[in-house]
Amino acid sequence: MEIPFTVSERPDTGLTNPKFGIWLFLASEVMLFGSLFSSYIILRTGSLDWPVQSDELNITIGAINTAILIASSLTMVLSWTALKEKQFKRFKLFIGLTILFAVLFLVLKIWLEYIPKIHHGHILSTNTFFAMYYLMTGLHALHILGGVVVMIFFWGPGSKMWQTNPDQFVNRIEVVGLYWHFVDLVWIFLFPTLYLL
Amino acid sequence: MNNLEKPSSTNHNNRYIIIGVSLLILTILTVWTSYFTATVGVSIAIALAIATLKGSLVASFFMHLITEKKLILVILFFTVIFFFALIFLPFSDTMNNVGIPNDY
Repeated sequence: MEIPFTVSERPDTGLTNPKFGIWLFLASEVMLFGSLFSSYIILRTGSLDWPVQSDELNITIGAINTAILIASSLTMVLSWTALKEKQFKRFKLFIGLTILFAVLFLVLKIWLEYIPKIHHGHILSTNTFFAMYYLMTGLHALHILGGVVVMIFFWGPGSKMWQTNPDQFVNRIEVVGLYWHFVDLVWIFLFPTLYLL
Repeated sequence: MNNLEKPSSTNHNNRYIIIGVSLLILTILTVWTSYFTATVGVSIAIALAIATLKGSLVASFFMHLITEKKLILVILFFTVIFFFALIFLPFSDTMNNVGIPNDY
């Protein structure tokens, strides 16, 4: 059975179904991360010995990771415009760069942050700050990982759709892009909250 | 609408690049101000103000909210209301207990 309104807009919403669906999903994601930010505020204001976060975390790596995610958002949107211009090779280049940036983010996060901290005995149960740090950044990293899997699919086997149904392929990349920009947006707030304040 | 209509792509791409560079500059500014602001309250205000500006740029231009359909804006309007309720309702209660040890 064919899913309706994947390319054309529904008369009642004025939107394609995938775009409407991804925005509803992102709205639920706002509440998911919002609940964690809310928990963080409650736990921090209720704590008498909250550590100085900038002493516990590596600000330089956090800032570099922020720059990497911003660069990945830029390459993501450029991959979408490349498809709109019917430049398939440029699309592959830019979405490939987005994947590389995403993997680099995860590598820096795991190898330069998680592993050294765990070696120093800073784990989930160390204190409330580290519990929130691992929970919030870990959930965000899982979102990055999910995005990488989807982007690799559209860079590789999923890109065959460009030959058979280019309009729908452009829509799919737009939806992936919306998700990816949201992941970037979450990190934009996570970075100052956990590293700087 | 045909998705493959040719946009004025060079202008669009230039705009995206300008937004991306602006976001990078704002990131540097966030880190820089965190070292030089005097009080915790001022640091929090500046850091969250810059993060909000960066988030607005991403949502407006990369996610195309400035040209998006009204239905999506309505959904996001209610999302923002519920988000702030989620943040500030518990926060308002917690502020009555600042400094009082809890069992967390």
